[in-house]
Amino acid sequence: MMARRRGDLLGLRAALSDRLLPVLVGAMSFLAALTLGGALACSSLATSWQGDTASALTIQVPQPNDPDAANDGTRLAAVQRILSVDHDVQNATVLSQAKINKLIAPWLGSDAAALGLALPAVITAQWRGVSGTSTLAAQLQAVSPGTLVKTGALWAERVATLTTSLQACALAVLFIVVLVATSVVAVATRSGLAQLHETIETVHGLGALDSDIAGRFAARAIWLGLGGSLGGTLLALPVLTWLAWLAAPFAGPVRLSGYFNLPPTLLATLPLLPASAALIGGVTAQLTVRGWLRRLP
Amino acid sequence: MVRFDDVWLRYRHGGRAPAAEALRGISFEIEEGGFRWLTGPSGAGKTSLLKLIYLAEHPARGRIEILGTRAARVTRREAALLRRRIGVVYQDFRLLPQLDAYDNVALPMRLARRSEAQVEADVSEILRWVGLAHRLHARPDELSGGEQQRIAIARAVVARPKLLVADEPTGNLDDEQAKRLMLLIMALNKLGTTVIVATHNTALVEHYPFPRLGLEHGRLVYDG
Repeated sequence: MMARRRGDLLGLRAALSDRLLPVLVGAMSFLAALTLGGALACSSLATSWQGDTASALTIQVPQPNDPDAANDGTRLAAVQRILSVDHDVQNATVLSQAKINKLIAPWLGSDAAALGLALPAVITAQWRGVSGTSTLAAQLQAVSPGTLVKTGALWAERVATLTTSLQACALAVLFIVVLVATSVVAVATRSGLAQLHETIETVHGLGALDSDIAGRFAARAIWLGLGGSLGGTLLALPVLTWLAWLAAPFAGPVRLSGYFNLPPTLLATLPLLPASAALIGGVTAQLTVRGWLRRLP
Repeated sequence: MVRFDDVWLRYRHGGRAPAAEALRGISFEIEEGGFRWLTGPSGAGKTSLLKLIYLAEHPARGRIEILGTRAARVTRREAALLRRRIGVVYQDFRLLPQLDAYDNVALPMRLARRSEAQVEADVSEILRWVGLAHRLHARPDELSGGEQQRIAIARAVVARPKLLVADEPTGNLDDEQAKRLMLLIMALNKLGTTVIVATHNTALVEHYPFPRLGLEHGRLVYDG
């Protein structure tokens, strides 16, 4: 006689069908992939923006062409001298009048000079210091009273708060996705148990251990979860690629991998979804079946 | 060996309905390698008594010892391992509909993790014994009542159990098949398997004069 395959002893192929459960798990994985993509993109963009914003330094010098406190040249020149020797200040650039006009155009119109207002000179720079800018501000005040020094720390803090709340939302969505996936597997398993209760009672009576029966359910749930999640995750790839393409101007090309135009962190994290779905499927099926079996002697 | 000591069994129906007493103060002992007929009218408690023996029910009271093990003291795992040493022929066969005859018979051996080579040898042999070697691939719904019963019997004995419990095993068999089955059961009994057979078939009991347990209204009225 030919060697025989041990096969589907409990009839789980019919009771835990390969249609509804994988589709629902796939849908959950699709959502999880998008959420994960959103959370990682948010974190990545926030890191980039926070770095740029926190280090931005803006210095306004009123009456820039008046003599400085020491009467040793203009106030603007005195400020520039201090900035040029301060190692924490880099790329100090005096904005041209045209740029200043462009910045204030929404409030004062395109020809601010015509209004006869005494506009300050504006210097932009990068702040590399680890502490605050109060010492620099005091030095500049000494040579050019009324000079204002501002960094983007406040905006960086706001971006951080926004990022944290978005990540919390993503975590909540992932939690709900896990909860729904767990419920779907539990309901499917209970439905399978209801269909197969006579078979299971017989197998139990023939000496099957609880672990034998629960293990078979778990193995089936693992495969269905893995397959469904793999499908859902693969379906999410083109959507994520499209979203990454939309976000590319904000992220910068160096943050994207060559494949699918997605951040490497996301590409490394996505395979965890099918693995997690398989784990959820296996553990949920095991616990559900073992709980049900407690009713048998 | 099987020992019952003042065993009571009650079925609870839920709600406020009083529990029905299926067995009342049953005491008996079957020595290792013994054979007992279990007789009595319908509703006397034969199937209930067998369920206690193959650990499908817990007694309300009393002490049960199966194959040297106190039934009340076993863990779930130990109970499962004990069940593997008990062959059961159910009154309603309980064949698994999705498996063919071969896989149904092979089930106890596979649960006991016997090698496939041993499964194949033993299943083929027992299917020849019950005259169904030609129906290996038939599913239960393709078999007649008598054939299903023979498959159920083959499944119960294939793993050479230490205790064989059969509930009306000849109910759907003709005289020739019933005789063949009894030869098989007696052969197992001679090899040391303890056997308990519940039956209505008085002709069978008279033809094979083994000791008998008689039940009526849940009480043991005859032991000898």
